[in-house]
This record gives sequence, structure tokens and C-alpha cells, in this order.
Amino acid sequence: MTEKNYIPGEHPDLPPPSNLIGPVAWIRDNLLSSPANIIMTILSVWFLYIVIPPTLNWFFLDAAFTGEDRNACRAVADGACWAFIGERFKLFTYGFYPEEHRWRVNLSFILLIAALIPVLFDKAPFRSLGLKFAMAFPFIAGWLLVGGLGLQPVPTSQFGGFMLTLVIGITGIVFSLPIGILLALGRQSNLPIIKVFCVSFIEFIRGVPLITLLFVASTMLSYFLPPGTNFDLLLRVLIMVVLFSSGYMAEVIRGGLQAIPSGQIEAADSMGLKYWQSMRLIVLPQALKISIPGIVNTFIGLYKDTTLVIIIGLLDPLGIGRASLSDTKWTGLSTEVYIFVAIFFFISCFGMSRYSLYLENKLETGHKR
Amino acid sequence: MSEAIASQPQRNIISRLWNDKETRSVIIQIIAFAAIFAFFFFMVRNAISNLESIGKDISLDFLSQPSSYDISQSLIEYSSRSTHFRAMIVGILNTLLVAVFGVILATLVGFLLGVLRLSKNWLTNRLAYVYIEYVRNVPVLLHILLLHGIIVHSLPLPKNALNLGDAAFLTNRGFFIPSPNFEPLFWVVTGLFAAGIIFSIWFSRYAHKVQDATGRHYPVFWINLGAIIVVPVLAYFILGSPITWEIPELAGFNFKGGMVVRPEFVALWIALSFYTAAFIGEIVRSGISAISWGQTEAAAALGLSRGRILNLVIIPQALRIIIPPLTSQYLNLTKNSSLAIAIGYMDIVATIGGVTLNQTGREMESMTIVLLLYLTFSLLISSFMNWYNKRIKLVER
Repeated sequence: MTEKNYIPGEHPDLPPPSNLIGPVAWIRDNLLSSPANIIMTILSVWFLYIVIPPTLNWFFLDAAFTGEDRNACRAVADGACWAFIGERFKLFTYGFYPEEHRWRVNLSFILLIAALIPVLFDKAPFRSLGLKFAMAFPFIAGWLLVGGLGLQPVPTSQFGGFMLTLVIGITGIVFSLPIGILLALGRQSNLPIIKVFCVSFIEFIRGVPLITLLFVASTMLSYFLPPGTNFDLLLRVLIMVVLFSSGYMAEVIRGGLQAIPSGQIEAADSMGLKYWQSMRLIVLPQALKISIPGIVNTFIGLYKDTTLVIIIGLLDPLGIGRASLSDTKWTGLSTEVYIFVAIFFFISCFGMSRYSLYLENKLETGHKR
Repeated sequence: MSEAIASQPQRNIISRLWNDKETRSVIIQIIAFAAIFAFFFFMVRNAISNLESIGKDISLDFLSQPSSYDISQSLIEYSSRSTHFRAMIVGILNTLLVAVFGVILATLVGFLLGVLRLSKNWLTNRLAYVYIEYVRNVPVLLHILLLHGIIVHSLPLPKNALNLGDAAFLTNRGFFIPSPNFEPLFWVVTGLFAAGIIFSIWFSRYAHKVQDATGRHYPVFWINLGAIIVVPVLAYFILGSPITWEIPELAGFNFKGGMVVRPEFVALWIALSFYTAAFIGEIVRSGISAISWGQTEAAAALGLSRGRILNLVIIPQALRIIIPPLTSQYLNLTKNSSLAIAIGYMDIVATIGGVTLNQTGREMESMTIVLLLYLTFSLLISSFMNWYNKRIKLVER
């Protein structure tokens, strides 16, 4: 082999040795770097070997996708019986919303996406218009779903399925953020009465489980209203969910407020800004930015907590699933139902947490190491 | 024209009051107080008139009436002839039982997950990540129901129970395990165990003092382990194993003897612990990775071994970051145990807030008791943790 002669100092950089790059080196570094590491790898592979084939079998390979009832499923396959979900899919989506009015649910959902895009992405076209639409969306959707003013009213007891989850989740998210901000500001305020009120409200809400509040809403609340008022159960639940998550939201935002150096507020004061101006223009934008991960976590928690409404008898997907299980045709398929609902929740919540990461990166203005 | 002039000084007074910081804050607070007071007054007046119109009064007498319902799992003597008050105590104990066991298991699994997430092994790391993301993004109620469904539908009837070494039996009616009968000599072992704990506390302090004064280092961990575990275990065998086990046996359609752990408890306990463990895992991971690498390097430069770097440098600092969020996870677990009602585990909400409420129609009183009980738990746990936080903060210089 002939070697080309180079002038000293002109020799081109050689590629790294082949044992330092490429898949082989990667495997050696990440999986087999030490005896302990090798043992971990073997254990992990063994774990995957135990878990994955049976799961795949149950989900797909040995599952029945069509069938009249449970026995038909069992005759074909031993795994999951997805035919059940297929048959009840409409029920899972709309609950008992009247068949001929379901276009209203669909339309609300399309409008929801249209309202979300300008809120979520600041490069969306016509953003300022879109934001105005997003502000109006909860009311438009409320009108579409409940009816009245020209549309035929649909009683809220017929709401159900994923639609109910979205109604409760989105109402909670939309209203708990502003209330949470107010509570957090109240807790930081130097007006003693307001401070005491906010602190005791927040601590009470955070001290009791949501389910007891829902029980209060369903059993006790009617005593506190003027005689003769009949308050919709869904509305009572919505109020409780909003109050509950605003208590948690307040604590998250308080963390952000405390992280803002007092120099910022003093600077705003010396510029002659009033309290609300300095909060709106100086403090809150910074505090909210810091608390994004916490805020999104609270949203996710709220969204997951919507499942608790089955305990007071509302029919969210979990409730629909449990009710369907009592049908003798399909008895004993609880695993399928729960896994189906779990997939729905996983997709929504995982999406939210990914979006929060994206937002954090976008708003990052500091010096990242 | 003359009206405008007349109202001028008045407006000035108001605007002057409003522009004065002190008076403005007084005005705002008076308005806020009046509004809150009016709101509560309105509610209470409604409640009184509503209760009057249906002829109900507020009293706690129902607590001493017989409950006339059964509770499948109870830590204390309970029958349907016991009072509602006793049913409430059973509920409280059941909540505490699942909370205590849940906290222990969740901490163990959570720390394990946190360590796996920090592992350099890519595969292990990813597995832990996938687990954490799956568990955190699915509602806890769903986990509980899923696990309960699997236990009830997939485990066999008592007739063909899963037999674990002829001692424990897994069935869909519950897990039957041997129950211990303590003989008098066993109390010697318990006494030795307690003495071992007291000795080890004293010995740790003594060893610390000696090390501070002379630099001499005792193998504290091994000596304490011997005192707490080895001595009582030796005593147990020397005294001739003073525990007899009552083993469950199949009698008719169900098992007799031994202890039974209900599927509701198992489902709730495992689901709550593994759910909370995912959150704890993330807390542990971020706590440990928040300690800067320089700490490890500095400790290594001092010649400390790997184990001692972890024990003396990393973990004490990481704990300070980990403990506050850990507390709120413990609180969450306790509060989430109220979901027990969905699968029929008789905790506080299911006893006093559920069956008792429905039987007696005392919504107001029952719900108030439930709310107060949970508030007490929360305040107790958080005040304990605040005390602990303060204690470890003192180490900071």
C-alpha cells in the first residue's frame, strides 16, 4: 500500500477509529460498558421478552375484531375482544346525546380545533382574529351543546362519553387559570382580609379530595341555594371542578410569583405603574412563564380527574364502559374497556405534556447551559 | 350648572380617599369582607330555611344508632349491629391502612424508578421512562378499576385457587395468607428488636461524637444491622420459633382460617402505590440530577469511595430537594385513596360519606365529618413534613 506524502501540517484529519463511532460503539457505550451494565441489559431484555410477546398477542395477534357477542369473540380468539368497543364506539363518543343532534357535537369539536390552533401556535395565520374567536369559543360551544336560542335544548343528563370529558376538562382549564391567578395574587397581597380569605380557600381545597367536593355538589349544595332553585348537576360539577383546580393553580402560580425578584415590582412602582398595570405588564408575564410546567401539570391532573364524575353518576367514557359491562352479551370484558379509555387519556395527556416542553423551549430567554 | 358645582367637592373627597393608599386598602377590605359575609349569610339562611321546610334538624345523634350494614374488611370488631360511629372508625382505619402501606410501597418503587431513570444503561433508562410516562398520563381511577377487573375476572375461584407453596392461595375472592399466632416467648424477640433500635440510635450518636473528636470511624451500618436484625432473628431461633402459623384451608366453597386480604384492598393498594411511584421516580431523578457534578468530583478528590460519596455528599443534599414534593405526593396518595368507593373498599368516603349518608339522609353532617377528617390528615402530614424540612435545613450553613 502506497502512502501519499503530505507536507508537515497539511495532513487531512483522519476519520475517528471505527470502534469509536457507529452502532457497535454505541451499543458498547450504552449497553455493555461495565459488568453491572451488562447485567442491567440482560435483565431489561429478559423483562421485554416476558412482557412484549403476550401483550402483542393479547392486543392484536390473538384478538377478535368482529363478533356478535362475547362468546363469538371467544370462539375466534383468546385475546382481546375489540368487537365490543367497535359496537359501542358511538356511545363512547357521544354518550346519550340525541342521534339527530350529534352534528352539534361534531361542529363544536371542529370549532374547538379551529380555536385551539391560534392559541397554541403563534405563527398561525390570522392569529389576532383567531384569539378573539377562541375567547368566544366556550360560549359558542356551550350554546351549541346545550341548545336554546333557536336550537332545540338537550338536557345535560344526556351528555356522556369523550364529549363529556372534553366539556368538563376544557371548562375547567379555561376558567381555573384566571381564578387561580386572582387567588395567587390575593395570597401575595398585603391586604390582610383578602389574604386570609385566599389562604383559607386554597388550603381547604388542597386538603380534601376532589371526590368529597363532588359529593358535596351532588348531595349538599342544593341546601345552600334559595328554595325552589333547581341547579343542573353538570353545572354543579363544573363549578366544583373549576374551584378545585383553581386552588392548585393558585399554588403553582404563587411559586412563579415568588421567584420574581422584588426589584421588578419596585421598578414598576417607580415607573408610576398602578398595581394592576405592574402585575399585568411586568410581574405576571414573567411569573407565568416560569410556572408553565406546573400549570400544564395541573391541567393534566384536572383532565385526568374528570373520570371521577362517574362516582356521582355522570357517564364519562369510563362510566359508559362500566354501564356497558352490565350487558350480559358482553360481560367480563372490563380489561378491554379500561385499556381503550386509557389509550384515549394517554394520547391527550401525553400531547399536553409534549406541548408544554415545546412552549418552555420557545419562551426560554435565559442562558441555557 | 349649579348642580355640577355642588357635587364637585364631594367627588373630590371620594377621589382623594381612593387615591390614598391606606384608606383605599381599608375600603377594599371592608367591601371584600362585606361581600364574603353577605355570601355566607345568604347560604346559611338558605340552608336554615330549606332544612326547616323539610323538617330536618342538624344533630349528630345518628352516629350512635346501629348502622345495619356490613363491612367486608375491618381492623376492629365490627358487625351490622355496631353504631354508625364505629362504622366511621372502621372507615378511618381502612383509609389509614391503605395510605400507610401505599406510602411505603410507593416510596420503595419510586426510588427504584428514579435510580433506573438515572442509569447509564440506555435500555433500562428507556424502560423506566416508558413506564413513568404511561402511568402518569392515565387517570388513577382507571388504574384502580383495571387492576380490580383483572383480579376479579382473571384469578380463579377458590375451588381451583392458585396455590403458593400450600401456604398462600390467590383467588378472586381475595388472597388467603397464613396468620401468625404469637406465643408468650415471642415478646422477648419483640423486646430485643425494640432494644436494638434504641441501641442503634444511641450508637450512631456515639460514633458520630467519637468521629468528630478523634477521627476514628466505626462501621456504624453493620453494627446497627446486627443489633436490629441479627440479634432478634438469632433469639427467635434459639427460643424455638415462638410463632405458629394458621394456614388457610379450603372448606366448601371458600377458605377458612388464616388471614384474607380482599381483592379491593390489593387493587387499591397496588394501583395507588405504582401510580404515585411514577411521580416519586421523577422527583427522585430531578432531585439527584440537580446536585452539580462538581460535588461528586470534589468528594472523589478527597478520596471518598463511591458508596460514601453517595451516602455522605449526594443523598443528603438531594433529599433536601426531594422531600417537599415527596410530601405532596404522600398527601395525594392519601387523598386518592378516597377513590376506593369505586371498587367497594370501605374507607371513610364509602362508610360515613356513602352508606351511612344514604341510610340516614344526614348529608350535611356526614359530609362535614368527611371533609374535616381529610383536612385533619392533610394538616397532620404537612405539618410533620414542615417540621422535618426545618430540621434538615438547619444543616445548611
